[in-house]
Amino acid sequence: MSMNKFEISNLDLFYGDFKALKNINLNITEGDITAFIGPSGCGKSTLLKSLNRMNDLVEGCRITGKVLLDGEDIYGSMDLNHLRKRVGMVFQKPNPFPMSIYDNVAYGPRTHGIRSKVKLDEIVEKALRDAAIWDEVKDRLKKNALGMSGGQQQRLCIARALAVQPEVLLMDEPTSALDPISTSRIEELAVELKKEYTIIMVTHNMQQAARISDKTAFFLLGEVVEYGDTEQIFSMPKDKRTEDYITGRFG
Amino acid sequence: MEAINKESTLQRLKSYRKHPLSAILFLLVVISAVITLTVLIALIAYILIKGIPNLSPELFEWEYTTENVSMMPAIINTLIITALSLLFALPVGICSAIYLVEYAKRGNKLVSIVRITTETLSGIPSIVYGLFGYLFFNIFLGWSYTILGGALTLAIMILPLIMRTTEEALIAVPDLYREGSFGLGAGKLRTVFRIVLPSAVPGILAGVILAVGRIVGETAALLYPAGTATTVADGLMSSGRTLAVHMYALLNEGLYMDQAYATAVVLLVVVIGINALSGLIAKKVGVKD
Repeated sequence: MSMNKFEISNLDLFYGDFKALKNINLNITEGDITAFIGPSGCGKSTLLKSLNRMNDLVEGCRITGKVLLDGEDIYGSMDLNHLRKRVGMVFQKPNPFPMSIYDNVAYGPRTHGIRSKVKLDEIVEKALRDAAIWDEVKDRLKKNALGMSGGQQQRLCIARALAVQPEVLLMDEPTSALDPISTSRIEELAVELKKEYTIIMVTHNMQQAARISDKTAFFLLGEVVEYGDTEQIFSMPKDKRTEDYITGRFG
Repeated sequence: MEAINKESTLQRLKSYRKHPLSAILFLLVVISAVITLTVLIALIAYILIKGIPNLSPELFEWEYTTENVSMMPAIINTLIITALSLLFALPVGICSAIYLVEYAKRGNKLVSIVRITTETLSGIPSIVYGLFGYLFFNIFLGWSYTILGGALTLAIMILPLIMRTTEEALIAVPDLYREGSFGLGAGKLRTVFRIVLPSAVPGILAGVILAVGRIVGETAALLYPAGTATTVADGLMSSGRTLAVHMYALLNEGLYMDQAYATAVVLLVVVIGINALSGLIAKKVGVKD
């Protein structure tokens, strides 16, 4: 019996007066890749960002309900920076910092107090290897990260997230700005990474969800319409709306 | 072979005949560009022609006397006052910009008040700053003519400029960087000082350059608080003239026109030098491949 990493219960989210998420109840299994799918504006990214409290940065955003990480309330007494260390994030657009490749990856560990050069070298190399980009960048670690291609930048961002040794990796449409080859590399990477991390991925690409995820949640207008094993969702969805969406009738 | 994607002169003339308004606009912009360039070149050439023959080693001697109106003390005073003014204005200006962009909530009352104030301040003629400096430092605080008073007056004068440019530079830093940093568990302080501020450095430097330009070229705001002593200031509380004030004094007395031109050449070189230097720094600090 696998463990629940996240338990989300009765979660409502408002942007001002607009109710963007309605009564969300979801359990995310540890060690799985969970995909959030649904049309634009359905709230899937919003829910993702609620899991590491990135929505706190949005003005006028109000959340009610409960989100538990390993049974601990993340909106309770948990330290915000510690939460974000445990729950890493990869963004829709690759966003390496305007500094060297090395410094990008070392930024997280340094933030959390690691100063030793030897230790940092070790962490940076491991993170870059885990993100399957080490061989491409090992000779130019001191070069500015902005000189890399989009796909490389995104893998660097994954390495940067891995460097703080998170337990969960949130990926917000990580391939939507990338070409097909870079996309498939990121997908392979995600499958590789789920051995060590719990991954939650928002995607617009249904084939992607079908290819790599274990569980899929289908969102519509701020609600979870259907949540279950990816195979079941894509082969015999229980809800008519899910079926319409995955067969391309709307969205 | 001739490139086929280039418009030939004939084609262009034909199209202008069809669209006479385009032709007029084309003429207007070309003439404007030529006028701007001519005026600038004429001005620089005039100063150089009048000034260079009058540049003599004696003008760079340490002592100023009525026989030899050396500008060396003024050059040194200029450096001191510039450094002092920046020392006062930079931390305050940059920190208030950080507050406005990174900390204050949007639509905050204080923010709009600060913004209106800075905009008003930047529109005030420099002689008003000079008068204020004189009334406050020299009369109210009872200081005599001091370079400290002068530098503080200039600091107030350039504060809005520094603040405004820093603010723009901070706003221009993509939110993606901030999110990336927060997402790794970094706090506000670290995000601002490690990620946002370094990315904004070129923009901030541009503001500093403008500010230095204003300081070096300023006379009116300095005359009253700092006075026109011809020696190198031997402390913060003594008077001293900057190059621009020196030149103004020479012109004012009317006895040393040639030396005034020579001073203008030096002033010009200093300003061009500052611009070149700052460009270099911006390149060094800015984003590299």
